[in-house]
Amino acid sequence: MPGSTPVSSSAESARGGVRRPGGPLGRPAGVLLLLLVAAAVLGPPLGGAFGLDGERIDLANRLAPPGPGHPLGTDELGRDFLVRLLEAGRVSLLVGLSGAALATVIGSALGLLAAFARGPLDALVMRTADIVLALPLLPLLVVLAAVDPIRLGLPAELAASAGFDVARIVLLVALFGWPTTARIVRAGTLSLLAAEHVRAARALGASPARVASRHVLPSLTAPIVVATTLAVGQVILGESVLSFLGLGIRPPTPSWGNMLSNAQEMLWQAPRLALWPGLAILLAVTACNLAGDALAEAADPRARGP
Amino acid sequence: MRTYLLRRGFETAASILIVAFLLFALVDLMPGDPIDLMLQADPRLTSADVARLKALHGLDRPLLERFGAWLLGALRGEFGFSRLYGLPVADILLSRLGATLLLVGTSFLFALALAMALGTIAALRPHGLVDRLVNLLALFAVSVPSFWLALLAILLFAVELGWLPAGGEPPAGTGPAGWARHLVLPVAVTTLLGLGPLLRFVRSGLLEALREPCIRTARAKGAGTARVVLRHALPQAVPALVTVVALQTGGLLSGALVVETVFAWPGMGRLIYEAVMGNDYNLALVAVLAGTAATLLANLAADLVHARLDPRVQLG
Repeated sequence: MPGSTPVSSSAESARGGVRRPGGPLGRPAGVLLLLLVAAAVLGPPLGGAFGLDGERIDLANRLAPPGPGHPLGTDELGRDFLVRLLEAGRVSLLVGLSGAALATVIGSALGLLAAFARGPLDALVMRTADIVLALPLLPLLVVLAAVDPIRLGLPAELAASAGFDVARIVLLVALFGWPTTARIVRAGTLSLLAAEHVRAARALGASPARVASRHVLPSLTAPIVVATTLAVGQVILGESVLSFLGLGIRPPTPSWGNMLSNAQEMLWQAPRLALWPGLAILLAVTACNLAGDALAEAADPRARGP
Repeated sequence: MRTYLLRRGFETAASILIVAFLLFALVDLMPGDPIDLMLQADPRLTSADVARLKALHGLDRPLLERFGAWLLGALRGEFGFSRLYGLPVADILLSRLGATLLLVGTSFLFALALAMALGTIAALRPHGLVDRLVNLLALFAVSVPSFWLALLAILLFAVELGWLPAGGEPPAGTGPAGWARHLVLPVAVTTLLGLGPLLRFVRSGLLEALREPCIRTARAKGAGTARVVLRHALPQAVPALVTVVALQTGGLLSGALVVETVFAWPGMGRLIYEAVMGNDYNLALVAVLAGTAATLLANLAADLVHARLDPRVQLG
């Protein structure tokens, strides 16, 4: 094989001329992600304009095959499957984005705290992060999701609302999602605290809060954005599993996960119901992973694997 | 080394204890306690009976006190009875452990072997066709929802083609061939789940190792590709793999929960799910705790093995 020792990536891109930052698939992935969000946001009202309804039960039209009236057919209650899929996308994408955002906020705060505090607090936070990363996520999530909110003192009508389901799952995934960001932010902060300009700022008497917000966090934007993008995909996956198991978003609010749990019961009669929600999850998560990898490369070309 | 061992052992024990307490408190917050469930089943129970029963089982005492009593029993090996099965929790766990070990163990060995083979081929020619396909496979494996893949597998191989059973455990008296038939689909899905992270890690670890000057020296001395990879590159990449593999334990247990539930495989993962859904507190608590403890111990073991295999690692 020619050049049998793999050349380093920087040498390769210098030799190979212009290589678009973000690799060949970064941009299509970003476009796909935007398209999914746009479809989920605009789809249901557009479908309504064409007389398609994801909520209206039409028992005369149960499990109708795809056709001109219903592009993807209807489900077991005669609801339009395409509109329902897009409505589910709203919920799943909302959970993915807000869950990842919350995990990032918690992780960044803890990472900053650990790096500024050093000593025992730093050790405690980072050891906890290591342990949380190793834990068997799903069994613990299943137990956490089964907790009865009424026993926590929440009013029953609030606990039964769709908003509560979303808030609960966002909280749960953030609870397990913070360690990755915390590690990245802590490592970045530690190296920045040793840098000349940050030491100068501290010597001039800038408070830790000012140093963190003006000098540290802005320099860490790129890795934080990368971690968050990758987290969105993981959260979408986590939500779909929990909803599939009946412990996440509960019907009648649709999510891609609970649509699949319905489809499992109808697997013999209507296998097509199992196809689309899973494909939607796969597309969304793949797009997040590709976009995250591409952003990581664009932010730090040296970090790219050859 | 000795102090490190003591510290890590202490940390692991403390983590297990903390997880045990948190789980105990969480299980306490799951809907209805055992006496409430009895009350639903038998309307003749009066509130005086309920109070008496709660006092009898110690449910009226504060959480910490109950946890202490539970912990003392657990340390003696008494984990209580399961509500769903009416059997000692430990007996049920042991009867399910084999099925999970069979499923997860087989899948894990397949995933590791595939990751080593494919990762090596990919790393030998970065950006080649095989490398691109391997990257695509890894991307698919980390992006696909496991339960959907399981559903599709059932749809294709059980419903459409009718080649394999859709799930469940083999009937009593089935030979190894019957077990194998029931294992094919669950093992295939679990293998793919485990493959994603391992594949990426083997590939990048090997790429890094192949850049070392010692590799160039070996090539200059006339070593062939096979010898370079097997004698020089892989031994550098493998020790770090041990820790990655251990981190996968938690992921494999999560995967087993989903795969066992969809395929109705009688293992620990499905047991945890059934126990939580059926309000079987004792069983849920002990099963999840056993899984967590196993995962944390695997990680501890991996750190020690890694240090043993790789002289560059300094324990401190």
